[in-house]
Amino acid sequence: MSKLRDLYAPSLLIVIGLIIWELIARAIGMSFILPSPIEISRKLWELKGILFFGHLPATLGVILTGLSLSIILGVGLAIWMNTSKIAEKTFYPIIISSQTIPIIALAPIFVLWFGYSIWSKVAVTLLITFFPITVSTFDGLKSSSKEMRDLLLTMGASKKEIFLKLQVPSALPYFYSGLKVAVTLSVIGAAIGEWLGAQAGLGYFSRRMMTQFDGAGVFAPIVLLSAIGIVLFLLVALLEKFTLKWRKTI
Amino acid sequence: MSNSTLQFKKVSFRYESKNNDINPSIIESLSFTIHSSEFVSILGPSGSGKTTLFKLITGLEQPSSGDILLNGKYMKNRLGCVGYMPQKDLLLPWRTILQNASLPLELRGVKKKVAYQQVIELLEEFGLKGLEDELPSVLSGGMKQRVSFLRSILSGANLLLLDEPFSSLDAITRLSMQEWLLNLWEKRKTTVLFITHDVDEALFLSDRIFVLSETPVRHLKEVPIPLRRPRGINDLHLPEIIKLKEDLLNQLRQKVRL
Repeated sequence: MSKLRDLYAPSLLIVIGLIIWELIARAIGMSFILPSPIEISRKLWELKGILFFGHLPATLGVILTGLSLSIILGVGLAIWMNTSKIAEKTFYPIIISSQTIPIIALAPIFVLWFGYSIWSKVAVTLLITFFPITVSTFDGLKSSSKEMRDLLLTMGASKKEIFLKLQVPSALPYFYSGLKVAVTLSVIGAAIGEWLGAQAGLGYFSRRMMTQFDGAGVFAPIVLLSAIGIVLFLLVALLEKFTLKWRKTI
Repeated sequence: MSNSTLQFKKVSFRYESKNNDINPSIIESLSFTIHSSEFVSILGPSGSGKTTLFKLITGLEQPSSGDILLNGKYMKNRLGCVGYMPQKDLLLPWRTILQNASLPLELRGVKKKVAYQQVIELLEEFGLKGLEDELPSVLSGGMKQRVSFLRSILSGANLLLLDEPFSSLDAITRLSMQEWLLNLWEKRKTTVLFITHDVDEALFLSDRIFVLSETPVRHLKEVPIPLRRPRGINDLHLPEIIKLKEDLLNQLRQKVRL
């Protein structure tokens, strides 16, 4: 298993980092400013009930709803821009320039619009993940070579057949790259949304602990948030591996 | 006189420009005929209009004026009527050999099972037996070209257009591929139009050679090859063929601008 061996170096670095962190935290001795890793893990264990069964599902709900909507809208728009030159010229510059809008600054407005419901958080997640999915899928659809397209045309292929048999398979690797970026961003999006206005969720819980000067309580849900990000990323990577078997041999 | 498979009647072509200025024409009032079961090579240096010619024949481009006839009939939409084998193998990397070769059948609406059966029957003749479930990335250059050739044959067209198919192969593989192609063609007697810039290749394979010798292309200089079939590679050393080769090379050299 060379794969497992690849993990030695990063694990070692993390362990060393945690030890240094632990030592510094103990030296400072003010856990509301810098809680030590041991304190954080103890807190995580203490709060496991409320974190795992109360706030984790709430956050996961936001992330998955936001991501699903983002995939549906993003892929849909990418396909539309691919079929219509006018749509491409209209939307592409807008999508790019929309990235300069600080979404974090917009988040309070979503709270005004959607209240403390799940949708204000979903809106932030959607906005933050929409870009990588749309742009990567669109670039992927455009990536199929002109020569292959010509070849399929000489075989009498219709536009629809070229789309299904050439463009979609060529776009898949790009789509997965975009999705990998999007899943990690979706965690950030959900957390920001919950920070600004929520009644449940890991981001909300972290902020509440902040007001109570409970340093370990701030970090414990953050550990879970990053775990969600890692698990989602691995799931996408796994899906990619299974659906794109042909790529391994390249 | 045998039937014509492909006929150009006073075909002119220029690329349409986006601005109002007129692009120079690439082909001007060109006429030629290719008869059924013939092996004809089009020989010309790069930039001599070979690519434009095949785009016109396959139907990817339409002539600005003039008619292109397939099997004696004028065909406006020629897409799907000519078997085309490109210079690069252009196999879809996510499809197995079987799926790649059956693509033209699939596009014609043949049922998968029937299509696969048809491909499998041909794999042995094409030296690809046992490779049907492999992906193109594990195949050698020569094998990929054989899959590509098989695919063009399965288009079912009686005219095959081969566009410098062996130019990316090394000299030794190229030679055995040429012998293999000739062998296959002698059995099948499909009409082949073979585009190349390799004089030896053209001499070895063809019944006639058309030399592209001017831009815009106004006519093709026709050179019949005085060799009987079946041929061997040693036939290229006959004095008359060596003389022919020198002539051809001289003609081509005049056209190459450095």
